[in-house]
Amino acid sequence: MTALLQIQDLKTQFSTSSGTVKAVDGVTYDVEEGETVAVVGESGCGKSVTALSIMRLVAEPAGKIVGGKILFQDINLLDLDIEEMRNIRGKDIAMVFQEPMTSLNPVLTIGMQLMETLQQHLDVDETAAQARAVELLGLVGISDAERRLAQYPHNLSGGMRQRVMIAMALSCEPKLIIADEPTTALDVTIQAQILELMKDLTRRLGVALIIITHNLGVVARYANRVNVMYAGKIIERGNAREIYHNPKHPYTLGLLRSVPRLDQPRGERLVPIVGHPPDLTRLDGGCAFRPRCTFAVDRCAREIPPLVDVDGGHLSACWEHENVGLNVRKAS
Amino acid sequence: MYKYVVNRVLLMIPTLLGAAVLVFLVLRLAPGDVCEMRMAGTGLFADPEAIAICQDNLGLNDPKIVQFGRFIGGYFTADLGISMWTAQPISHEIEVRFKLSLQLALMATFLSVLIAIPLGTISAVKQNTWMDYAVRTFSIAGIAMPSFWLGILIILGLLISTQAWFGTPWMPPIYYVPLFEDPMGNLSQLIWPALATGYRYAAVSTRMTRSALLEVLREDYIRTAHAKGLLEKLIIRRHALKNAMLPVVTVIGIEFAFLMGGLVVTEQVFNLNGLGKLFVEAVLNHDYNMTQQLVMLVALIFIITNFLVDLLYAWLDPRIRYA
Repeated sequence: MTALLQIQDLKTQFSTSSGTVKAVDGVTYDVEEGETVAVVGESGCGKSVTALSIMRLVAEPAGKIVGGKILFQDINLLDLDIEEMRNIRGKDIAMVFQEPMTSLNPVLTIGMQLMETLQQHLDVDETAAQARAVELLGLVGISDAERRLAQYPHNLSGGMRQRVMIAMALSCEPKLIIADEPTTALDVTIQAQILELMKDLTRRLGVALIIITHNLGVVARYANRVNVMYAGKIIERGNAREIYHNPKHPYTLGLLRSVPRLDQPRGERLVPIVGHPPDLTRLDGGCAFRPRCTFAVDRCAREIPPLVDVDGGHLSACWEHENVGLNVRKAS
Repeated sequence: MYKYVVNRVLLMIPTLLGAAVLVFLVLRLAPGDVCEMRMAGTGLFADPEAIAICQDNLGLNDPKIVQFGRFIGGYFTADLGISMWTAQPISHEIEVRFKLSLQLALMATFLSVLIAIPLGTISAVKQNTWMDYAVRTFSIAGIAMPSFWLGILIILGLLISTQAWFGTPWMPPIYYVPLFEDPMGNLSQLIWPALATGYRYAAVSTRMTRSALLEVLREDYIRTAHAKGLLEKLIIRRHALKNAMLPVVTVIGIEFAFLMGGLVVTEQVFNLNGLGKLFVEAVLNHDYNMTQQLVMLVALIFIITNFLVDLLYAWLDPRIRYA
């Protein structure tokens, strides 16, 4: 069986006044039906652009998908015309955005915003759409749903709005939901609730989920597989447990060291990754992480390391992957 | 809401009172008065005694506070007083012109909204295409061309084209007939000045619609709407336009209020007897009573228009609620 979504060598670029930004540079990954896949990386690494590319929502004309394939149920989304793509958006692939404060239209009621998706994609009348909207709000844990339909986004809290966004994403029973930093803008207590909700619903309804985040804690808990991105490329992939306990790329290792963990000896300092992400307009022929890497060797400046299998399904794009790992972590 | 409306109406009183004090004082600062204008306006010698009698008759020699009292007191007896120049009741003088000016302003507003919102929308949605450039050229031209000059062009164009097509030149009628007595006659007179002023008005509103919409189209919720797979038309109409209308409504309100009293030259071109012309004459003649009442009228129109615009805001954007 082929995967639900296969992204193959995707390249998305932005033309800016200071040159072409290779925001996504040859990204390949796939998502099985019902699976939760995480894409992790710091701001500007291309993870959101990858997501927008899947939806073909990259802001034109500055942004352009210049290469690769996005196979969804074996159909290349990049070959579809606007009309065909529109029928997939919201129906087969839905998206939950980062900012629930600005992602809902402030001048339209919650009901209107929920029902319009249903009326767009499914052949339902007003009454049926309304009934479904109430059902959806119930599903995402919003009480008093009927009254909420007449309310506006500003009447709801951030967490509630994100629940509405999730209800909207679920409305047409999509095969895949892309959640772009769904909890970043929320309070920590609400974050857990929203993530639990998403995990629970995707599992129950058999929806695949791509969760884009910079939060490794989220990854460990909710994802089956993890893709770590850096400077527009995937630099490590594996199942969540592997990535978390046995990172094989210095960047992943750095990310893990820079967040506090409970299984870490008390009093140990967090180790930040020094330096800044590279300027994507001027990448050279070497590994993009090289300037910030403590493992860098001469070869890193000459050749870009390919993403290779290092341990039965665990992939890393590092020449020195054999030297990266927990033991090194302890030694340092 | 009810409380808000009452508050706003009550707030009109101090605003209008301020306008009254200001216009009363400013008028009397200028040298000369209506009696001098009447008797010596043409540069002839005037008998100072006659001027004094005239001033006495019109109450210009009374203490300022008494004159002001008469001005304000008139509102309590619904008596706007008598024109110092024509000796006609001011209410009558204004009424005739008000109907014409109001109709003209409404027609120009209607025309401009009809033109501005579709054009501004096309221009924003098709940004940087030939359509956008065409609309922008059209609106820049509208802003650059004074309405009275456009009016002259329209009249000339009508004369020349009717001459060419029908053999006899035709010009819009120059006598005002009320809309309900003779709709055709009325419209054939007023449609041309409405076009001439409406064009500039539309040009300003088109540009406002375009820039407001361009801003809204970059918002996150528009991206959400696209991600939901909605039709482009629906996204523009339902999601974008309603959000973009706030600044446009503001511009429309200001322009409307301006049209009610500011169409001095355009009225001249089309030989219309409107408020603008009355205003200029009243000021030139030092007709204090008339000028005062006209200023108060225009102030009232501005206040009411602003109030209506504010109410429209609340309807457009549910986040705006007045308490």
